[in-house]
Amino acid sequence: MTNPVFQRIESEIRENPVVLYMKGTPVFPQCGFSARVVQILSHVGVPFKGVNVLEDGELRDGIKEFTNWPTIPQLYVKGEFVGGCDIIMEMYQAGELQAMMKEKGLVTAEA
Amino acid sequence: MPGRPDLLHAMMNRADRIQAALAAAFAPATVAVQDDSHRHAGHAGARPEGETHYSVLVVSPGFAGMSRVARSRAVHARLEEEFATGLHALALRLLTPDEAAQP
Repeated sequence: MTNPVFQRIESEIRENPVVLYMKGTPVFPQCGFSARVVQILSHVGVPFKGVNVLEDGELRDGIKEFTNWPTIPQLYVKGEFVGGCDIIMEMYQAGELQAMMKEKGLVTAEA
Repeated sequence: MPGRPDLLHAMMNRADRIQAALAAAFAPATVAVQDDSHRHAGHAGARPEGETHYSVLVVSPGFAGMSRVARSRAVHARLEEEFATGLHALALRLLTPDEAAQP
């Protein structure tokens, strides 16, 4: 893989345990779907790196291609794609997200 | 696309096309498509002509044994043409009949 955007994503998800590719920033999300995932992660008590795809057109397209997933937000945990807004919300409602984060040792605060 | 009734297809709106594509791909399936575009008017990704934001429910036995990500990818794959022509957001609820029957 020689695509420089792919290389950037690969190192981002390798170096940070939880990465959310989103529109806007965790403090100022610019899309309701991104905002919802930020809210869930905060509620679960998981520190994460938010990456604003709106700041970089190549990244915005590149992340869709990299993940083979046509929409933003996209959540990566320990290098693996977990899902977008619907999946994160379903997992949260089922208690699966909290269990997964705990199992991987990523929860810092009891929610 | 050979064999497709293009004229009829051109007359269908995006919700109808999504409905038809998913009903065919995941048969026997219950498919419900809701156009939410008006609720996102003026946002990034919205277009004046609408047809950008949808919520879709598919209940199909075909999802059994598939992960959440795999189910969504299977749906995305059937809608590539829609994503290429302005479909911006797709909220998906993808269930097996057993899951749909749970409270």
